[in-house]
Amino acid sequence: MTNSNHQDDTPRVDDHTGTETTGHSWDGIEELNTPLPRWWLIVFYVTIVWALIYCIFMPSFPGLPGLRNHSERANVQQQMEQVAVDRTALASQLLSDVSLEEIEQDPELFQFVMAAGKSAFGDNCATCHGIGGRGVPGYPSLADDVWLWGGTLEDIRHTITHGIRAHSDETRFSMMPSYGIDGLLSPEEIDDLAVFVSNFSSPHSNQAAIDRAAPVFEAQCSTCHGTNGQGDRSMGAPNLTDAEWLYGSDVKTIRSQIRNGRNGVMPNWGERLDETTIVALSVYVHALGGGEATTVAEAEPRDEHADAGSLAAEDNGAEQGGK
Amino acid sequence: MSSATQPSPLRSLSSEIPYLSVFLGIGTLFFFIVAILTPEPAMRVHAFIFLAAFSAGLYALLMQLQFGKTPPTDTYNLNVAKAGVAASAFWGIAGFLVGVIIAAQLAFPALLSWETIPWLNFGRLRPVHTSAVIFAFGGNVLLATSFYVVQRTTKARLFGGNLPWFVFWGYNLFIVVAATGYLMGITQSKEYAEPEWYADLWLTVVWVMYLLVFLGTLWKRKEPHIYVANWFYLAFIVTVAMLHVVNNLAVPVSLLESRSYSLFGGVQDALTQWWYGHNAVGFFLTAGFLAIMYYFIPKRVNRPVYSYRLSIVHFWSLIFIYIWAGPHHLHYTALPEWAQTLGMVFSIMLWMPSWGGMINGVMTLSGAWDKLRTDPVVRMMIVSLAFYGMSTFEGPLMSVRAVNALSHYTEWGIGHVHSGSLGWVGFVSFGALYCLTQWLWKRERLYSFALVEWHFWIATIGILLYICAMWVAGITEGLQWRAYDEYGFLQYSFIETVEAKHIPYIIRAVGGGMYLTGALIMCYNLYMTAKGHVRQSEVDGANAPAANPNLVPAE
Repeated sequence: MTNSNHQDDTPRVDDHTGTETTGHSWDGIEELNTPLPRWWLIVFYVTIVWALIYCIFMPSFPGLPGLRNHSERANVQQQMEQVAVDRTALASQLLSDVSLEEIEQDPELFQFVMAAGKSAFGDNCATCHGIGGRGVPGYPSLADDVWLWGGTLEDIRHTITHGIRAHSDETRFSMMPSYGIDGLLSPEEIDDLAVFVSNFSSPHSNQAAIDRAAPVFEAQCSTCHGTNGQGDRSMGAPNLTDAEWLYGSDVKTIRSQIRNGRNGVMPNWGERLDETTIVALSVYVHALGGGEATTVAEAEPRDEHADAGSLAAEDNGAEQGGK
Repeated sequence: MSSATQPSPLRSLSSEIPYLSVFLGIGTLFFFIVAILTPEPAMRVHAFIFLAAFSAGLYALLMQLQFGKTPPTDTYNLNVAKAGVAASAFWGIAGFLVGVIIAAQLAFPALLSWETIPWLNFGRLRPVHTSAVIFAFGGNVLLATSFYVVQRTTKARLFGGNLPWFVFWGYNLFIVVAATGYLMGITQSKEYAEPEWYADLWLTVVWVMYLLVFLGTLWKRKEPHIYVANWFYLAFIVTVAMLHVVNNLAVPVSLLESRSYSLFGGVQDALTQWWYGHNAVGFFLTAGFLAIMYYFIPKRVNRPVYSYRLSIVHFWSLIFIYIWAGPHHLHYTALPEWAQTLGMVFSIMLWMPSWGGMINGVMTLSGAWDKLRTDPVVRMMIVSLAFYGMSTFEGPLMSVRAVNALSHYTEWGIGHVHSGSLGWVGFVSFGALYCLTQWLWKRERLYSFALVEWHFWIATIGILLYICAMWVAGITEGLQWRAYDEYGFLQYSFIETVEAKHIPYIIRAVGGGMYLTGALIMCYNLYMTAKGHVRQSEVDGANAPAANPNLVPAE
């Protein structure tokens, strides 16, 4: 199938290229004895020389840092320390006696806190509450003015620090009973109740069900949610009369919540994040859209135990991991 | 068993049959016991798969003993190569399909994940995809082509009687065990080496037999020299054996359970894994497929290989340098910096040795450039070398620490891998499959050259969509990860960087779908070719391309 089939190792000259073959032939395949392409060889040598030079200047042997005395670890350490130093002035102000309200008034501090809060929110909170705190079913929106446990700066700080139904003595705690699972109400009563609750915000025509459910609501629900279903923040009982719903506004979802009584959990971040980050998050969430003004009666004395500067280190660690 | 004077059928059979029978018999018994005793349902499934395969093999051997004709010793064993072609086509479609599915899952995670069906989780399907395309598709292409090429270029029948069949079926048994294991949740969590200890042991047995068949065939060759393709096949077989054994050293929890503990811990484990992972690319996906290139391109275009000297120098430099480049997968990790440096400089030095294969392949067309226009199969193989050249430049580039700081862990890596695998490995394999089908089934020509054109263009556009989308996605997220505000806080949260990739993910899935479509067209074409059909319009048409490799070369 080829021009000739050399078994005798005699080179021949290829007609097209004018180059000699090696004289070998396998299944009709021959080889030209073309020299190495010059540019190929030169580039190959250049990469080898470059590699040798690079190895002399950079760490390339156990224990030897190279002529440039380069260390990626030392560089990272230095950069993290530098960021911590850069932030110390502002971060330590957060831990001094300024109140959260004062932070919001101070343009420079506010800008810093919002940057820190956005970053910390993205890493820790957005997983459940969504980007920008827009909320997903089961996880409340933080961008509106509807609050389960209160929307002042101090309320928000308390919720972040101690969590909801979390492992903290001061955690926000309440229980929505599982009326169906625990047999507290019959399925029919729950059906009626769901219509009754839905009727607060979107009127229903099923007047019979509403009438049947009214005394049940009075007996079972009004203690927490109020006689008119307006809710009670002191125990995190949602307002049932507005258009904002944690799990969903349709009758089926409401019935499911009455039956199963889901009680969501939020971690007590005070154990995981440092004080400056908590301050930053509180101000950030407050400023997301629906923060409420503080009334004098609600203001609490603030804690005075916090370690300055750790905010910087925390965030920088996350950055290095991301590379 | 036989008299000295009158040879019985038994005597004339190859001598490996008794050994194979005993091995398969003991294995059947062993897996029967495991199936009974194991406390683990998934392990029982695997014991039954092994049991079924071993007893089927034993049955086939016994049938051959009883009724079998004397296997010819003077002709080539081409049936095992035919089986390899069929298996390649099957696993190719399976692997590409799973790839498209997981690409769609990444694009639409809420729509395409099902909590109640754990087998279809992304985490389980992903290794099914990688193993199916690399080891099932690529591995069967390598088996089929190496069994064909080594016979043709040594003028010797495959060594070992039934051993090539043992290798073929044993290897595909390993694939089935690996893939079903992933679906059931069995994994040792090493990338591209996910199968657990018992599957690894089985592959070791099969692979040693593969080496034996290959070396035995070379040993009894009737050519004075060994052709360059066979150097590359041999490097691939020997090195993969070494990589596989070392990286999978592990202590099983029990002989009846799937779990095991790696012999290496911490950063040593990572380094061993990436020494393995990188050289799986180097010796499986590069050396093995360069072997394919070195036979099928000169054979198809009927021209001498461009440079014998270049093939020697780039072969030895490639295998010497490749083996040290693994640490570039571990830049900016706990791996000591000096090891990272070495991984990087060896990757840079690898650039020209890699390109040597491309030069030798492309320049072999010298004197036959018109084939690029007339023979779409040749064009496919030459474009595969273009992708090879591109990704073997991109690889050293990405191994530079400063570039790696941007590219590592991003979709850029996925794009890089796929320009190499879809473009280089896939296209050179398709070219070889077109050639092999025509030659093995002894057909005048392929069923349709128009369908090869369709395959070529659909798949090429698919690859370009895929890798461009991944470049965009990778550089976007790489830049987002390292963006800080004026106070040094991260500009983007992780989930924002994921959302930014939604559109590229959709484009990638479309590109993958096109690649799968092209492969389906190829399978139809191969099937019709094997059946001996020729597309009617191409017989009648005056402009039917004349791409018969038996024609005299254009000068």
